[in-house]
Amino acid sequence: MIKLENVTKVFDTPAGSVVAAQNISMEVPEGEICVLLGPSGCGKTTTLKMVNRLVQPSSGKITINGKDTDDYDPVELRRTIGYVIQQIGLFPNMTVEQNICVVPKLLGWDMAKARARAAELLATINLEPAVFLKRYPKELSGGQQQRVGVARALAADPPVLLMDEPFGAIDPINREVIQDEFLKMHRRLRKTVMFVSHDIDEAVKMADKVAIFRAGKLEQFDSPDNLLAHPANRFIADFVGADRTLKRLRLVKVAAALEPPSPTVAAADDVERAMALMAERDHKYIVMVDPQGRPQAYLGRDACRNQAGAAVKHSTPLPATVGLDEDLRAAVSIMFMHDVRWLACVDADGVFAGYITQPGITRLLRETYRTGVENVS
Amino acid sequence: METLAFILANLPAIGQRTVQHLSIVGVAVGLAVLTGVPIGIAITQNKRVADVVLYVAAMIMTIPSIALFGIMIPVLSKIGQGIGYLPAVIAVLLYSQLPIIRNTYTAITNVDPALREAARGMGMAPLQRLSQVELPIAVPVIMAGVRIAVVINIGITAIATYIGAGGLGAFISRGISQTDPRQLITGALAVSLLAIAADYGLLWVQRRLTPRGLRARLVATSAA
Amino acid sequence: MQRSWLARTVLVLAFIATFTLGLLVQRSGLFDQIAKYWSDIFYLTRQHVRLVAISGGLAILAGVPIGLALSRPAMRRSAESIMQALNIGSTIPTLAVIALSMTLLGIGALPAIFGLWIASLLPIVRNTYAGVLGVPAYFVEAAEGMGMRPLQVLAHVEVPNALFVTFAGIRTALAINVGTAPLAFLIGGGGLGELIFTGIDLNEPGMMLAGAVPTALLAVLVDLLVGAVSFWLVPRGVNPLR
Repeated sequence: MIKLENVTKVFDTPAGSVVAAQNISMEVPEGEICVLLGPSGCGKTTTLKMVNRLVQPSSGKITINGKDTDDYDPVELRRTIGYVIQQIGLFPNMTVEQNICVVPKLLGWDMAKARARAAELLATINLEPAVFLKRYPKELSGGQQQRVGVARALAADPPVLLMDEPFGAIDPINREVIQDEFLKMHRRLRKTVMFVSHDIDEAVKMADKVAIFRAGKLEQFDSPDNLLAHPANRFIADFVGADRTLKRLRLVKVAAALEPPSPTVAAADDVERAMALMAERDHKYIVMVDPQGRPQAYLGRDACRNQAGAAVKHSTPLPATVGLDEDLRAAVSIMFMHDVRWLACVDADGVFAGYITQPGITRLLRETYRTGVENVS
Repeated sequence: METLAFILANLPAIGQRTVQHLSIVGVAVGLAVLTGVPIGIAITQNKRVADVVLYVAAMIMTIPSIALFGIMIPVLSKIGQGIGYLPAVIAVLLYSQLPIIRNTYTAITNVDPALREAARGMGMAPLQRLSQVELPIAVPVIMAGVRIAVVINIGITAIATYIGAGGLGAFISRGISQTDPRQLITGALAVSLLAIAADYGLLWVQRRLTPRGLRARLVATSAA
Repeated sequence: MQRSWLARTVLVLAFIATFTLGLLVQRSGLFDQIAKYWSDIFYLTRQHVRLVAISGGLAILAGVPIGLALSRPAMRRSAESIMQALNIGSTIPTLAVIALSMTLLGIGALPAIFGLWIASLLPIVRNTYAGVLGVPAYFVEAAEGMGMRPLQVLAHVEVPNALFVTFAGIRTALAINVGTAPLAFLIGGGGLGELIFTGIDLNEPGMMLAGAVPTALLAVLVDLLVGAVSFWLVPRGVNPLR
């Protein structure tokens, strides 16, 4: 959808020419989020701005949906691309409604249609239109301003959205919330998004594809998981962090790491039955569930050898359980917290659904994944 | 040209009038600092009072200078000082109040609250805090106010010639009444140069009075 | 906010009251002396207002576009030096400006209006320039990124955000204008200055006050008027007073 072919930008400064971006080639498929990542001054922002021609490329071709952006008047091109900046930039002299209606007005929309669209967008971002349409930016909180900024970019329903560190100005707690909201919205709207970030965690969370830049060159263009699993060089390995395997864990849900289904025992069952079930599968533990199927405790093979009586008498309470919906990083964290190498997993109702083990997780990480599927919550 | 000849021929007179001019402005602004700075400090205690005082001072400044000079006359005639030096000085003093009071007030209220907190925490009494922390920080801004007052009032004092106070304005008024462009330009030039010189001179003083540590910030507070 | 509005009105009323009171106390002739000039006051006030309105209006009409022009990127290099020159020009005392107008244009209403126009120009140019430059660059970036042409950015983003500062400049300029207008009399421009200066020359306090009081009141009125216009005209979003 957005294709950059050998795009280069050279700036002439008093100190000589500076190559801000060198031979950048990449393609962002339709409906995907591509995060441009890298340290300060690496050329990611310059590259972003070349797409909507706020910066004119020195050479190379950029096409959006097959059409060369050079064929269009830059000002008109920008009206078909949504643009969100780090400082948000809601015009203080205009109300929220007027801000959102800027591009529709520039495009010549009927005022009534534009206003209706503004109200509709506000409802989408969970701001009551009747209350917020007539407010001024200075009367909104930082988080509210940021959401209105995104709404403004979507007003004319552009197919492409460009964002320059859009969540940078928000405090970390609100940032998580707004990122989640954005992902939810994106799933529905399926715009093609390019956004600049310097935060590897943000990129891993939000991106379908990540483009890592250094000193003007595109070092690697890959899915987040591939990037973490197979960094192309030392720089990228350092940039993503020494804990990149732990970061990969965030991309996978517990459900994907479940071991094959295993039997359980009830509290009233015989301990011999538990031993038999364990021997059958060569397992060292078996989970004990209550009548509703919720895990209560477990029995260990060594502890139950040559014992008799009800299972419950020889059981140890489970230190913790983990939901199918949580990511593996949380699971591993719980394992460390309780010094265990496996965890019982429960579904949304708390019913036992299986278990995961540390070796099982390590095995899983050795495979490479399709992106997108595991990001879905 | 002839104006140049006129200037050269009348240097002593120009010098004398300049001294006259400067003495009016100097005395008046000096007194204004003695009255304005304490008032400025005092009103930092209460915002409402501050608003009122600043408003009154601003109102005084909107009164056209010749009107204020004129009003001085009947008032001061009672003590036989209706025209000349005194009414000019008093009027200039009144005009200087706003820039000085407002800058003092703003400078002190804008002292970073963290500094006040630190001073209190260290055990400084309010008076010590004022003299050792707040005032030194406020000095450059107050000086900026004094500078504004001086520059404006050099211009206003030129008008004081019409109530018999002399000064460089005399050249201008004579130039007008006698349709003598030489005198007129001499007067205009002299007053303008005086104002510019005073502006730069006081800027230098302002810079010297700025505590070393604050020098970089001075750029933001100098008057336009 | 309403409190300071009230405080201001109360203050103005108090000001006017004290003034009138002072006069009444000296009613021993002074009041009648002033009343003698009633028709003069009327006529000269009209002249005075005319001078202020024309020169002030022209100053706004010229000053704002000049300020806007200086703020454009194309003018970046020369703008600062031009502003410096204008600043130095502003230190020239208003009396000198009026007098120099006379050497250029002779006597009468025209040189007076010209002189007043020059004297009022600077604050408007300076504030408009500073106001537009003071609009944070990222607003301009957001506007350009959304597809506004430079002129649209100026009209929809830069100017509205600079409006408050520009109005402050207009207010200062008009204050200077009203304050300098009495001097117009000296070069034959008429206005209330006639009563003031003649009153001083002839040592007639009544005549002098007949000129001085209306002049002072006019100055206060103009200031309040511009303040109110500025309060209502500047949109709430960029108006720190609303």
